[in-house]
Amino acid sequence: MTWRESLGRALEGSAAPEDAALLLREAPLFDLGRAADAVRRRIHPDGIVTYIVDRNVNYTNICVCACSFCAFYREKGAPDAYLLSDEGLSRKIEETLALGGTQILLQGGLHPDWGIEEAVRLVRAVKRHPIRLHGFSPPEIWHFASRSGIGVGEAISRLMEAGIDSIPGGGAEILDDEVRGLISPRKIGWKQWAAVMREAHRRGLPTSATMMFGSVETPEQVATHLVRVRDLQAETGGFTSFIPWTFQPGNTALSRDPRYGTGGGNGLGHPLGYLRVLAVSRLLLRNVSRLQVSWVTMGAKVAQLGLFFGGNDFGSTMIEENVVAAAGVSFRMSEEEIVATIRDAGFTPARREATSCST
Amino acid sequence: MEPSLRDIRDKVEAGRRLSGEDALRLFRTRDVHTVGEMADFANRRKNGDRVYFIVNRHINPTNVCVNRCRFCAFSKSREEPLAYTMTMDEILRRADEAREQNATELHIVGGLHPDLPFDFYLSMLRTLSERHPGMHIQGFTAVEIDYFSRISGLPLDEVIRRLKEAGLGSLPGGGAEIFAPEIRNAICPEKIPGERWLEVMEAVHAAGLRSNATMLYGHVETLESRVDHLQRLRELQDRTGGFQAFIPLAFHPKNTEIAKGYTTGLEDLLSLAVARLFLDNFSHVKSFWIMVGPKIAQISLHFGVDDIDGTVVEERITHAAGAQAGMAMTVSELVAMIRQAGRVPVERDTLYNVIREWPAEEAR
Repeated sequence: MTWRESLGRALEGSAAPEDAALLLREAPLFDLGRAADAVRRRIHPDGIVTYIVDRNVNYTNICVCACSFCAFYREKGAPDAYLLSDEGLSRKIEETLALGGTQILLQGGLHPDWGIEEAVRLVRAVKRHPIRLHGFSPPEIWHFASRSGIGVGEAISRLMEAGIDSIPGGGAEILDDEVRGLISPRKIGWKQWAAVMREAHRRGLPTSATMMFGSVETPEQVATHLVRVRDLQAETGGFTSFIPWTFQPGNTALSRDPRYGTGGGNGLGHPLGYLRVLAVSRLLLRNVSRLQVSWVTMGAKVAQLGLFFGGNDFGSTMIEENVVAAAGVSFRMSEEEIVATIRDAGFTPARREATSCST
Repeated sequence: MEPSLRDIRDKVEAGRRLSGEDALRLFRTRDVHTVGEMADFANRRKNGDRVYFIVNRHINPTNVCVNRCRFCAFSKSREEPLAYTMTMDEILRRADEAREQNATELHIVGGLHPDLPFDFYLSMLRTLSERHPGMHIQGFTAVEIDYFSRISGLPLDEVIRRLKEAGLGSLPGGGAEIFAPEIRNAICPEKIPGERWLEVMEAVHAAGLRSNATMLYGHVETLESRVDHLQRLRELQDRTGGFQAFIPLAFHPKNTEIAKGYTTGLEDLLSLAVARLFLDNFSHVKSFWIMVGPKIAQISLHFGVDDIDGTVVEERITHAAGAQAGMAMTVSELVAMIRQAGRVPVERDTLYNVIREWPAEEAR
């Protein structure tokens, strides 16, 4: 099997995991880019690159999961542990609306005392304001359901009744339990992650999907992740977008783990690896419409190049971002900069409808 | 592939020289993959899989400058609170540190100081080269060389001869900005004209010293003026062969008088790739990671670049204008960055002699 054969199969839409892994490992950068660009053009022939004006609100950093790749979580009782107050939440939403924002991306740690009641109350508090709510990744929903002794489907129904509009695809990391065992042993496994998404999609609730790579995984495991998202999408059609991003090692336990590569990067977790993963994502996930570039982890310059490697969405202005910032990475982009960056690459910027889904 | 690039591709593959019109089309295209591929091809024909870096230290002895270039956030007048001029001890301390860190080069550029005499620079060179004979001194842009000639009343050739005698090993490529007079007048009216910059470099090369060449992009220049700039450099290189590397420099807007955003990733990579394709008589194209950021510097290794400068340690000029990169990179960071790109890291000295080559981990 050669990378050319694999690329041919990817372009026909019949790539197997082995093809994806071979492409990640061996295909020359520009062959990958050109193929991904062709697929992007087929799905989005208008040359439009979308973005959204929204804010990340992290309601708590208290988390029982304690993943080694995460710099954000705190134990309950830690001096800098927090739980956002109702007033604090309202103020953040008012600020977002005043800045023209149309959505809140609401995520937090797995708080030991939180079940579905607390989550529903939080959703209602957000939805008192005229704003879209994209909230609670699968590990949070699983946590609420198990704390309250209800099924995941019921938990999602309760959140939908309270007004949630869509679910972010976080907590996916790498959808392979060997990798999860190394970097997030207390987090739900890949099948549970998929089960939450399946339940959401079955109820008509759209979601995104993410992938965090560049920690300890192999290209084969990245390929597995892509194929699992593709297969689930073939089944439900509920994913609106896919967002791959790189592990940010600052302030994390994983960065000190000998299994994590030396020299500040591992495997594909560097700018050239990022472009390769983005392109292979576009090639594999032809059934997921939107592929988002990550300026939050890669910076505006690399994100712009991502538009030539399959990306067609620039993400969000992120009026606030805490999780990546906790790892010491603090790129900022205003709406004007996002628009200018998209234009400079020869694409047409368009602000996403307030009714669509993002992360 | 964009059909309009087909003839350029043919020329590149045949090793034929590109015209100015070709370069203009390359700057305008958004067929990033074809440009990248061609530049990579042209680079690997010259340099193979090798990517060079240097263990060096920048020293900017003074920010006091009689010129007031509008793109510059570094220069100050003598009276300003942030004005500084290092004492010889401060310069020596930096050089000593550099030596301890196994640096092979000192990179010295500064403002055009109104009071320091030419002798100051000669004695600085003598002191440094006597104390650290193993370190190569790359110093003084063509603008500074011209200034030395004016403040000393000595002819250019004599200035260069004395600098060389005092220990100057080679020259960096700064101060070139954009040669075209209408752009140059808009961004740095007091600076020597482009013709003079080229004349100084010609004299430098004639004296047996190598130098680099730069181009400041991303401000008010036009694509035509970039091509004109590259053309003049290529012509001079045809005559002298004295340029080692071409280094496009990304304009940084912070604290300057030019209202403009930072350059984009695409703009950075096209500047590097087009230079690699057009400047067929330059051995090396360098992406200075301080300027474009380490991430684009890595990606540029697939866009025609074979040199990512060095460890730097302390950099004041670009940081005054809001550089977002750090000031220092370790050797292991540079090596990792090059290896991740599937290339072979080579530590070089100033004149591109190989000091150490790292075996490739895995080729891509």
